[in-house]
Amino acid sequence: MSGKPKAQSRMKRDKKDEESSGNLYAHLDKTSVLQEARAFNETPINARKCSLILTKLLYIIQQGESIGRTEATEAFFAVTKLWQSKDANLRRLVYLVVKELSNISDDVIIVTSSLTKDMTGREDVYRPASIRALCRITDTGMLQTIERYMKQAIVDRNGSVSSAAIVSSTHLMKKSSEVVRRWANEVQEAVSSDNHMVQYHALGLLYHIRCNDRLAVNKLVQKFSKNSLRSPYAVCYLIRIAARCLVEDDQPDSSMFTFIESSLRHKSEMVVYEAASAIVSLPHTTSAELQPAIAVLQLFCSSPKAALRFAAVRTLNKVAMAHPTAVMSCNVDLEKLITDSNRSIATLAITTLLKTGAESSVERLMQQISGFVNEISDEFKIVVVDAIRSLCSRYPRKHAVMMPFLAKMLRNDGSFEYKKAIVETIIAIIEENPDAKTAGLAHLCEFIEDCEHDNLSTRVLHLLGREAPKTPNPSSYIRFIYNRVILESTKVRAAAVTALAKFGAQCVDLRKSIQVLLRRCLLDSDDEVRDRATFYLKMLTEAGESVIHNFILDGLQISPSGLERAVLDYLKSGNYSAPFDLRIVPVSTQALSQPEKLEPYAAQLAAIPEIAKLGPVFKSGTRIALTESIAEYTVHLIKHTFANAIVLQFECKNTMNDQLLLDVSVELEDPESEWQPSGSIEIPKLPYGEAQSAYTILEFPESGAISGSLGAILKFKVMDVDPTSGEPDSEDTYDQTYVLEEVEIAVSDSIQAVSKSSFASAWEALGEDSAREETFQLSTVDTIPEAVKKIAEILGLSPCERSDRVGEGKTQHTVLLSGIFRGGYDVLSKATVAIDPSDNSINMNIIIRSTEPLVSDLVISAVV
Amino acid sequence: MTDFDGNPTSLYSVKGIVILDQDGNRIIAKYYDHQNFGSVKEQKAFEKNMFSKTSRNTSSEILLLDGVTCIYRTNVDLYFYVLGSTRENELILESVLTCLYDSVSTVLRKNVEKKALIDAMDTAMLIIDEICDEGIILETDAPSIVSRCALKSDEVSFSDQSFSSVGMSFIESANKQFKWSLLK
Repeated sequence: MSGKPKAQSRMKRDKKDEESSGNLYAHLDKTSVLQEARAFNETPINARKCSLILTKLLYIIQQGESIGRTEATEAFFAVTKLWQSKDANLRRLVYLVVKELSNISDDVIIVTSSLTKDMTGREDVYRPASIRALCRITDTGMLQTIERYMKQAIVDRNGSVSSAAIVSSTHLMKKSSEVVRRWANEVQEAVSSDNHMVQYHALGLLYHIRCNDRLAVNKLVQKFSKNSLRSPYAVCYLIRIAARCLVEDDQPDSSMFTFIESSLRHKSEMVVYEAASAIVSLPHTTSAELQPAIAVLQLFCSSPKAALRFAAVRTLNKVAMAHPTAVMSCNVDLEKLITDSNRSIATLAITTLLKTGAESSVERLMQQISGFVNEISDEFKIVVVDAIRSLCSRYPRKHAVMMPFLAKMLRNDGSFEYKKAIVETIIAIIEENPDAKTAGLAHLCEFIEDCEHDNLSTRVLHLLGREAPKTPNPSSYIRFIYNRVILESTKVRAAAVTALAKFGAQCVDLRKSIQVLLRRCLLDSDDEVRDRATFYLKMLTEAGESVIHNFILDGLQISPSGLERAVLDYLKSGNYSAPFDLRIVPVSTQALSQPEKLEPYAAQLAAIPEIAKLGPVFKSGTRIALTESIAEYTVHLIKHTFANAIVLQFECKNTMNDQLLLDVSVELEDPESEWQPSGSIEIPKLPYGEAQSAYTILEFPESGAISGSLGAILKFKVMDVDPTSGEPDSEDTYDQTYVLEEVEIAVSDSIQAVSKSSFASAWEALGEDSAREETFQLSTVDTIPEAVKKIAEILGLSPCERSDRVGEGKTQHTVLLSGIFRGGYDVLSKATVAIDPSDNSINMNIIIRSTEPLVSDLVISAVV
Repeated sequence: MTDFDGNPTSLYSVKGIVILDQDGNRIIAKYYDHQNFGSVKEQKAFEKNMFSKTSRNTSSEILLLDGVTCIYRTNVDLYFYVLGSTRENELILESVLTCLYDSVSTVLRKNVEKKALIDAMDTAMLIIDEICDEGIILETDAPSIVSRCALKSDEVSFSDQSFSSVGMSFIESANKQFKWSLLK
């Protein structure tokens, strides 16, 4: 009895010994490895022993062991001793260790001279690796001292040396691009190297050096597409450059496309695939242009190489959305791939088919997916869900097949992202297709009965509060919602209370029962839930219809931080005779539940006393360029609207490294002399490379104009400076001006888009008095969706109740728009767009209502 | 920060090279994308996930996982992975994997298994260093990789030979091995 455990333990030990003898790296300890590193100081150096220690050190680093700065520095200094050894393997490991330690150790720069010696030495096995290690530890200052060697290395006859130098230069582009740019000639020479990799690396670097110069890039593609590069990698890269030019240029060169197209006949599969995928990703391609690329991808679908099949199907899947008819020709090949042993390929094939397939094949495909949906990764499940979503919008009638399928997927296990994708798909289907609403809401109700993700539960509850009251039988949903109040976490309970209140607000006949339910919530353990219940109960029992509408259905549409600032200002002013006016608080289009977007300019503006006294910012516009992006001085305009003034922020950047700009300001000129600047703040000093802002304050004119276009001129004094040090050459300055694009002030600058959740009641509430109506013809647009988009853009209003979605083939459409005019006045608009079948002209009738008749006048005048 | 995913013309396309054993333990791993694989915890979690997806189904050689294209190959008790940006040409990534596998196979004299790899750990690390530099593909030709890395002092004496000639003889022997592996 007593001998048994002993024997067992011996066996255990034997096994352990065996394991560790098999892997001498298995149980390494950081301290002991660093201890062993002392052997590096011994003379003569035992190369074998030291190599092993270095390998151990590398091993523990790549296993994720963190080494402290002091320890690393100590180890690094010990390693430097190993340069005395002539052993090649040891030296190569030393380079590797130097690179690994370069981030965590101090004073790595001390090995610069040793590395420089190896880099310029005779031994070809040292040179590439030493170049790469050297470039890792060097900084811009040191780089200039080795510049000469780098230039030589780039054009070295030895391919590995040249590659190492070019790749290292590419890394250096990130921190010392100025220096690397000077090597452009050498790099260009290297592109014609015989070595394949050198050619690829050199082309890549050359493009990075030139990429800001559109003309040079065009020339580069022209040149190398003609004298056919030999490296397939380089050709692939050239295709990418050409494709990028085609996407980004306004008037792309047709020879670029010809080049990509000709690459479809290259002998390397790699290049052929690259060209095909480039062609299908280009915007505005015709089906004739696509055809050869699709044919190539189709061929790849039956390749024995999994990577190639995967690549082909993935690309086809990507284009299936944009060009379903073009991909349809591959359907037979894609069907074969459904049974592919690689699940990733099979899934992609199915989802592609879902996107392109005919309505009749949908059932069969869905059957096939449900067969293996549990075996694939969540990532692909999401792909499948997305495909179903697009299918539903194409074949709305098929929702009866899709819904149960989605519901089944929803019941299975899965990550949050996956569940979210399904819920979003169901919500999208409900919104697009009224027929699917009842079924979809029922599935979602079932889902929240057993949902572990609070975020999704609250989302569904919010949807139920919005959509379910409009269904024929709203009372059937209340049970599901009330169950949440009893069973769930605080967050979900609070959302459920809000959803209940929305039922009460919209369905008058249910209001009594809702009040009973809300009363029960008053005893909840959490104060947020109690507060909500109390508030809603009070509203529903005592308030009138319009108040209920405003406070339960719409909620507060203001920015929380703006509210905080406004209340703070009110308290500071010490004058409490007038009540706090909510209308001065900046509005926000974002739901309160979402994390507030940072207001990047608020702090900047508040720091300037002239601007701070204007009050809180009503709205900040987007950044508009007033110059070409490659101009000597670039200026961007950001418009900030206040209650009675508009502040123009000119963000200026000086890109001339030999100039220092002084007293930079922008002079405005209004041809109609309506707008007069009431103040301006100039930039005292603008050195090279910095961006600073000048401001001009414009008060809204007495005449009531709210739009205008002003000429703008940048004015400044120039002082010449030394490009490298930034020191002025002399104290002399001279005046200079620079003409900018015109500054446009539009109606939309005075309006913040805020959508109303129930437009009709808000519209009625405003009444006829303020209504202004106008009918006119639109000449700049050709289709109804365009017209709808345009009118919302001009007025700066937000479309409500998804009325911006125009049904296919309709000849008339009404869009409902809403927003808030500066000063806090509601602006609502109904715009009816109709297309005249006789001459295809577009007419628009627009009615504007507002809380203040004057505002209606102003807004309508802007449209006409 | 190095841009692996956004810029279509970035040269940085390999996010990592990983070799795992039959239990999914890391033997060698080198990550270049510090944005997605910044911490050891993230790396290990990814490896675990990737291994669970690939060890069951060894017949497929490619997988899309968390926005990373993983190309892999297995032999006996080793799993070789090349992790690439999803915008990179899959065939280019495959050529990297082929190069990694062939180089290791040559160095291990076609005996590609864990024990042998552990014994040649230093050379394996050098091979990975020669294939990819910070995410840029450096070389995909296995014979030249081997000629640059396999310099074991105990295999060849350097006493009176210059390194260059040693290098040459290695290229020859590596080439020879390669021809054999192709003929087989």
